[in-house]
Parts: sequence; structure tokens; C-alpha cells
Amino acid sequence: MADAHLVNNPLTPNRAIQFDADLCTQCNACVEVCRCDVLAPSPGPGEPPVLVYPDECWFCGCCVAHCPSPGAIRMEHPLCQQVGWKRKETGEQFRLGMADPPPAYVRPPVGGWGPPSKGR
Amino acid sequence: MPPVSTTSSTGSAWPYPVRYDRETEAEFDVLVVGGGVAGCHAAINAARDGARVAVLDKGAVIRSGSGGAGVDHWHGAVGNPCCDITPEEFARVVDTYPYGITNEYGNGITCYIMARESYETLLDLESMGARIRDTGDEFAGSEFRDEGTKLLFAYDYTGRHTLRVFGWEFKPALHRELKRLGVTIFDRVMATSLLSEGGERGARVVGATAVNVRTGEFYVFRAKATVLATAQPLRLWVFSTELQGFAAIHDDPNCAGDGCAMAWDAGGELALMEKSGPHPGGFRYTAYGSGNSHNTWYACNVVDATGKEIPWVDRDGRLLTSHAERHRPAPGQKYFLYGGRLAYEFRGPSLAPDLPERIARGEFTLPLYADLPGMAEDERRAIFGLMLAQEGKCRIPVYDVYSQAGFDPDKDLLQAPVMAPDAYGPRPWWAGQSARQWRESAFLVDGGGVHFDWDLRTSLEGLYAAGVQLAGGADHSASACTGRYAGRKAAEYARTARAPSVARAQIDKEKTRVYAPVNRSEGMGWKELQAGLCRVMQDYCGEYRSENTLRLGLEWLDGIRRGELAGACARNPHELMRTLECGVRLTVGETMMHASLARRASSEALGFKRIDYPEMDPPEWDKLLTVRRDGPAVRTRDLPWDYWRQAPYAGSSAENYAAHSGRGDGAGRVAGSAARTGAEG
Repeated sequence: MADAHLVNNPLTPNRAIQFDADLCTQCNACVEVCRCDVLAPSPGPGEPPVLVYPDECWFCGCCVAHCPSPGAIRMEHPLCQQVGWKRKETGEQFRLGMADPPPAYVRPPVGGWGPPSKGR
Repeated sequence: MPPVSTTSSTGSAWPYPVRYDRETEAEFDVLVVGGGVAGCHAAINAARDGARVAVLDKGAVIRSGSGGAGVDHWHGAVGNPCCDITPEEFARVVDTYPYGITNEYGNGITCYIMARESYETLLDLESMGARIRDTGDEFAGSEFRDEGTKLLFAYDYTGRHTLRVFGWEFKPALHRELKRLGVTIFDRVMATSLLSEGGERGARVVGATAVNVRTGEFYVFRAKATVLATAQPLRLWVFSTELQGFAAIHDDPNCAGDGCAMAWDAGGELALMEKSGPHPGGFRYTAYGSGNSHNTWYACNVVDATGKEIPWVDRDGRLLTSHAERHRPAPGQKYFLYGGRLAYEFRGPSLAPDLPERIARGEFTLPLYADLPGMAEDERRAIFGLMLAQEGKCRIPVYDVYSQAGFDPDKDLLQAPVMAPDAYGPRPWWAGQSARQWRESAFLVDGGGVHFDWDLRTSLEGLYAAGVQLAGGADHSASACTGRYAGRKAAEYARTARAPSVARAQIDKEKTRVYAPVNRSEGMGWKELQAGLCRVMQDYCGEYRSENTLRLGLEWLDGIRRGELAGACARNPHELMRTLECGVRLTVGETMMHASLARRASSEALGFKRIDYPEMDPPEWDKLLTVRRDGPAVRTRDLPWDYWRQAPYAGSSAENYAAHSGRGDGAGRVAGSAARTGAEG
């Protein structure tokens, strides 16, 4: 049987930034670069920084760009901000956040991603 | 991992040492308040001129500020070797705007400084290690590249006054240069007030007080000269953080208007505060994250749901049959500019302006799509691979997130927001549609700010300003250029200024005010305060204003200041920052209401409607108004809108620049300041 808990409603949006605890090295580079100070530093070994103020996130993505461990942190647009696209040749419909997404487009931007704190 | 509960009233221990009881004092020649684009350039140039400099920022200077997350194009670079437009010719655009206030180029002073120094500023950034050219030769042979210099042009490939740049690298490069020059950087430090000599409002500014937004530590900065370079006031009509999930075009919550409020409290003059809307905001999509053909996406193919292409026309409505023509001036036109509300003289190509009617009658089927695959490879790559990856809030949020989600610019049509037909009009719709009463806008660059002269000095001695802090605003390039200029002028002033002497009584009074919210355990929180302030602004300083409602609005704000704000509670230094920002927004709201009361006429150009004075732009109100605080009274002053070329200044910008910029021959220096003349009322 599933459990039940009495909890307050979460803030919306609250998933602006997602951490992968296995990849995060707790360097706190994301905490230090955030203009809005929405993150608290990693509380201890093995624990990524904590997203304390998700609703103050500006969605600038600098935390992701300055992370030295690829994949440890990613940003996610709120559901109501997710847009769609259509493949020109086939007419197939896609959208951000879909369950079965097409393969990633892997070409880096002009000039490359660069090192963390300079590129992605 | 799940988000932590932020509704618990007890919560975990604060992760930083709490030092509300610590006060640090420091003295500098030049103190720069705000470490965004303008502030960094100001600090660097003051330091190069030999000043001891400090820069403060609520965020972290490496990425803070409206331009901190990048920029994709650089305006006004008429000094580049591929452009044959003179600064005088370029700055004429100001004269084609009512009140001389442009969308992106500032006023007559700002715009001329940009025209003179924009390209030089880029070369400066290049010397700091940022890229401004296609050194990787990705665009070799492209129509928008100069093979000799490897510069890449945006928008007008004939005029070549705007460059495509690698602006993602700019802020880190500025940060490195600040460190190299030994500028003292105070990250996470919010200025709370300006210090006046003798503690007297209206006297010379001699520094600032500040609070650390992580530790709560207090700072007293004494400075011979101070440069205000904070953001313009934003999120004054809609703040709710929970609603931002519905509006990716919400503004940086830090942009409260700290500089405006501090200058006002110190007795400084503000201008154009009545020009406070309406602008589209709210409910929109991620910036440049949906199908469109504006700004970063200029001049992308747009097709309808059946694949039919939306036509492009020139300024005369002539159909353009090739993509190349979208980047060329009209027959007989030397160059075009890109931006809103441009005069015919500077107007460029656009999507067919009658698109709304053609959608309404069924000629085009919604939704529309940006058709990147239908473009030539270099143009497609310039939009998606270069500009989107360099523009603020786009590199990760759009290029990276969309790429990882499988969006392929070589194969996919990015959908435009589905909107009412009239929303597809000439106004750019790069982020979708907004509700009318939601007045906030990201990248609002032409609103009110501090009044300034040809030295970029405010009405207060010792206080300079740069970037969007300046009334009439500035875009990224103009912010950088005015930052450099203000830094030079502040350093020049500091060389001969007497030592800054601060008044202890002013500091103690400010400390009592600053810490009141953390010294009580009960009271209203900052979010409810922000929402309440916004409601007052929506109701009493909305799209239509009148004497009665504005006066009632001032009473409401005063009541909140004495009541809920005076009793507000903050549980940590971060909440303290947000609570102090409530005070800032309240003050800014008051200045907007005072300025709105002073302008007893409606104005199309200012987006300003007085129900009790409905006539639009009557000639006797064709003037600039300033407001300032003088004890309990508010003083207003009339100025010609082109005060920058009226006595005591020379009639031409070239002469004034030579006399004031510190770069000219120094001859013919004009005494006095137009910012201190005019009829006071």
C-alpha cells in the first residue's frame, strides 16, 4: 500500500533545475554563478546543492553552463513553457519534454561549447 | 531530488555565517554600484585611469546583469572599418523619435557616445580575450562576413553598423579584466543607500551603505566618486514568483530599481519616470524560444501550417523575392536600422505588415513556423548556431535544451505561439502574446532613470551613472559605452575631489532601517508585500491615470510604507534583500506617480494616458520633466527634451563630446551643466 502524508503545496514552478547526484562533484560552481542565489551549497558529501528558491530562478542557464561535470545539472522549462516543432519532410510533431523524444541534435554552437565558465 | 519545502516556518540552518552585527568600512576613489555590463566597463576604465575602484553586485559579477548571460549583436559599431556611416549620421536617429528617446540607442548623449565608442569598446573586449570575429572561419565566403577583418554583420549587410558577436564570452572577460586590474569585487552585496556629505540630502554623494545578501554583514563604503549602474526598475506591476511559470519573459527579480530609489532618497533628479508602460509582458514564452523572425531570429523564413511562405516586404511594401533583400536597404536608402518605432528614413524590411488581416481572412493557416531548413546553410547557422548560442538566456535555455530534446534546425520547423491574428502585426512577437494589463517587459530599455549631463553626471555632485540607469535607457552596446565613459569621468573627478566624509548619524539611521525586518519574528513576508505593491500600481498607476487615482495611489503606498513594510519580517539575509527590494519598488512607484502627476497631458510617444488630460501630445507639453525630493516636498522641473544641445552646451554632439568625453582635444570645454539649468516648478 502507498503511504500518505500531510504536506504543504509546493511552489510552482519548482523543477527549474535538476541535479544528478551521481555526477555532481559538490563543487558548488552553480551556486556561485547564480544571480538570484536560488541554490544553497551542497549540504555534504554525495549531496548536490539544494534548490531553495525555484520560483526566483531567471532561467538564464548559467548554472548549467558553468558546471564542470556534464550532465550533473540541467534546466527544465516549466510545462506551460514547453514548445513544439514539426519535422518539415514528414510532418511528425514533437515537443519539449515529450515521453519518447527524437535523438539529440549534437552539433555544437559556432565556436564550440568551450570549457565550463566559458562555454557549456 | 525533490525540492525542499519552502513553506516550513522553521526550516534548516542558514548555510552561511550570519553576521548582522558586523560592519566593514572601506574607502575607494571610485565606487561602482552594480556589476553588470555598464558597471564592469565603468570600473575597468576608472581603474585604468589610476583610481582605486570597487564594484558591488547583488549577484556574482561573472554573470550578473541584464547582459550577463550573453548578447548576440552589437549596435552602433559605425567605427568598424567596413562601415562608412559617421557617428553624427548615425546619431541622427535620435531626432526622428519623439522626445529624443529611442528604443535601443538612448537619448542624444547616450546615442552619440555609443556611435563614437561602440567599435572601440568591442576591440577592448577582444583585447580581454573575448571573440568578436569569425576566427574559426565557419562563415568564410558568407555575404555577411568581411573576409579581411572576419567581422560578421547583422541585419543590414550594406550598412554594416551592427555586428554579430560572441557575447556569451563578454562578461567572464570583463570579470577577468577587473581582477587583473586589481578592482575590488564585492559579490552578493546590495547597496541600500547613498551617503551624502554631512548627511544632507542633495549634498555631494560620498559613498554608499550596503548589506551582504548571504551573511547579512553591513558595509560602509566611502568614495570620492560613485557610479550608479544598477538595473532599471522592473516587475512593478506583476511580481508574483509563482506566476513566472506562466511567463518566461519575467524579468530578473533583482531588477528592483535600486539606483533610482537611492538617487531619489539622496535628492537626485529622475527623468521620464512617467514613461512606465504599457509594454508587453507576462504569460509569454521563453525569449527567442518559439518560431519568429525578429531580433536574434532576423530574418528567418516563416511559413504557415500548410507550408506557405509569409512574404517579406520593404519599407514601401514592395515584395521582396529573395532572402538576400531582407538584409539590404531599400532602393535609394543608405542603410536601415533594426528596432521598433523607427522613422521611415531608417525603416528596414519586415514580414508583410498586413499579416494579421490575411490570417483573419484565412489566407494563412495557424500555427506559423520558423522555417530554418528552408534557409541557406550559412543564414540558418548564423541564427541558430551563432546568435541563439550567444544571446542572453538562450545558449542553455534554447540552444542546449532544444538540441538535447531533439530539435534539429536542419530538419525542423519551430512553431510560433498560437495567438489572436492581430498579435502577428509589426511589433515583434518573438515570445508570444501578453495580457494587456501585464505591463512588465524583459529588455525594456527606454524607460525612466536618473537625469544626467554630458559628463554622465547626475544632478548630485560626485554621482555618475551608466547603462540603463540613465533616463531613456540603453541597450547592451550603449550600456558598455556609457559605462566606459562614466568610469573615466568618475576617475577624473576623483583625482581632485576632497576626501569623502560621511555622517555617522546617516549610517546609524540606515542600519536601523535595514535590519528592522530581521529583528522581528512576525510580520508580513516580502512576497505578499510585492503582490500588494503591484496591485496598487495596477490600480492607481495603470494604463489610464488621473489626478485623483494617482493621489490615492500615493496614499496607498505611504500607508504600506508606514504599515506593512515597516512591520515586515525577513528570516535570513536573502529574504532581507527581497524585503529591502519591496522598499525600493515602493519608492520607485512613488516617483512614477509623482512624475505622472507632473505631466498634465497625455502622450502617445511616452505611452502615457491621463484621463483628465486626454489630448495627445499638446505642443506646450513637448518637453522633458524631472522630479526630485526636497525635504517633504517634490520638485519638478521642465527641460527641453533635447537639453543636450541647448545652452550651456554647444549645438552639436561632436563639440560636446570633444569638450566632455576626456577623449577630445579638450578645447572649448563648456562650463556648467544643462542638468542644473531650467525653470523649476
